[in-house]
Amino acid sequence: MKVLVITEQREGKWNKVSFETLAAAQQIARETGGSLSAAVIGKGVAALAGELTGFQLDEVLLVEHDLLEKYTPDGFTIALRQLIEQSKPDLVLLPHTYQVRDFAPKLAASLNKGSAGQAGRGMIGDCIGYRHEGGKLTFVRQMFQGRTNADVVFLGDPPWIASFQAGAFRADLAAKHASGKAPAKPVNVDLQPAQIRTKPLELFREAKQAVDLTQAPVLVSIGRGIKAPENIPLAEKLAKALGGEICASRPICDEGWLPMDRQIGSSGQTVAPKLYLALGISGAIQHVVGMKGSRTIAAINKDQNAPIFEVADYGVVGDLFEIVPALIAELEKPS
Amino acid sequence: MKIGVCIKQVPAKDAPLAVAEGGAWIREADIGFEMNEPDGYALEEALRLKEKHGGEVVAISMGPERAKQAIKEALAKGADRAIHIADAEFSKLDPLSSARSIAAAIHPENFDLILTGLQSDDQGFGQTGVLLAELLDRPHATLIMQIEVAEGRMKLKRELEAGWFQWVELPLPAVLSIQSGINKPRYATLKGIMAAKKKEIATVNRATLGVSGASTQRVEKIYVPQKTKKTEFITGQPKEVAAKLVEKLRHEARVI
Repeated sequence: MKVLVITEQREGKWNKVSFETLAAAQQIARETGGSLSAAVIGKGVAALAGELTGFQLDEVLLVEHDLLEKYTPDGFTIALRQLIEQSKPDLVLLPHTYQVRDFAPKLAASLNKGSAGQAGRGMIGDCIGYRHEGGKLTFVRQMFQGRTNADVVFLGDPPWIASFQAGAFRADLAAKHASGKAPAKPVNVDLQPAQIRTKPLELFREAKQAVDLTQAPVLVSIGRGIKAPENIPLAEKLAKALGGEICASRPICDEGWLPMDRQIGSSGQTVAPKLYLALGISGAIQHVVGMKGSRTIAAINKDQNAPIFEVADYGVVGDLFEIVPALIAELEKPS
Repeated sequence: MKIGVCIKQVPAKDAPLAVAEGGAWIREADIGFEMNEPDGYALEEALRLKEKHGGEVVAISMGPERAKQAIKEALAKGADRAIHIADAEFSKLDPLSSARSIAAAIHPENFDLILTGLQSDDQGFGQTGVLLAELLDRPHATLIMQIEVAEGRMKLKRELEAGWFQWVELPLPAVLSIQSGINKPRYATLKGIMAAKKKEIATVNRATLGVSGASTQRVEKIYVPQKTKKTEFITGQPKEVAAKLVEKLRHEARVI
């Protein structure tokens, strides 16, 4: 199967979920005995394409245009449609980011439009895994907010488009090129200003000291069990002792105890740190979808039946107000 | 402004889910249904835009007969009329076929603005708004947190990841997918519920829409995921627990 992975960058910086999808794409290309290309799209992103050539790929495709400097759904759809028409992949894989969910269904539906044969293609979005059995590729995605999984297959002719949820694959398993570098190839796309109906304006952050939680190696997360805003410094102290950041489930941010940009879950950020320590979080699915990809999950909760223990590697049933100070003391001990 | 808002009826949040015969969907017989929560935000935003700019709000829902319950709720909250695209088997549709059906049904309405929620709480494809934009050849934007309309254009605040936002401008007519949390949805008043009884629900049978195009994907089965992790519980006095946990995180998991 000929696989194309479309990476994501903004202002020359990677969205690191791209490398998780790259790892998945390498695995699928290997298992189906096909080739693998990776594309970078934007303006002035040749250096990023250069970085990609160090990975185990057959080619790196560089899609650059003045009108692709800032993301627009029209610009990206038109450019990527041309890329797909030129490189003719069977399977196109993307990281399931906010940007991808904004354009990928449109891209799929716009494929083979106005040509002979089946018009429009489907997208299976937000996948958490896949299976390749007996020549058949099945994608696994969640339904009912994580209460069930679903096996989904493509029907009809390729190309097929699928996206993988953050944390579904491990970026550190993306294989480096075995013998040197993959060749990089520019792809010309035709794009006119009049085709772009959206006018992107400024990017901004609302919180002053906003932090990118996806980059933190350790996250200490608090839920309703923290009881009062006065108790938050305790959790912050633990986060500091672990060299990490503090974050929360939705109710804490709705109460205004922590800013919204520290919210983890379906309406907040999706993270996959090395360690996720959940304090007084029950583990509603809306929260769990945002953190279950973490390498190691530890949870402290007074309720032994809390669903957070379903995903935890280490569990402590007890009073967080007793255990957290003890943890801080233990971490501050000279080791 | 003539606004169409897409709402879906989904199983109630606390409904017990059992896999139906055939394995590809849930057993619907004994469970309650409700308006998809993310669509409630889209409806509220439509009503506020109408209150500010005038016009009409039309609720659109595809589904079996029971979907009328969600439609009536939208009418009670203030939608002016509704379009019900009737299909008893609609849960089998793939996102593109669903969107093609909705697009075919609403095309004659020529809405200035079409709103959808972020995604459905059941299938969660999250594609309807973006696909409607492509099929109706309208510009679109998703994850909208604020809408300002002036002189045939909109200025929109989009939520990005990691605490980032972006302002974008779009001409009307357009399609927007609303981010949950943009507003506080209203409750239906008794007066609203009474008024809803006189409002029009136009039912179109999906089969009569003449929608062409093959299915692009199929759900083969749904199932409760197997727990992949075995939780190791650490017990003892707080001090002991702390020492054991730190030891494990340092030397077993090696994450700190």
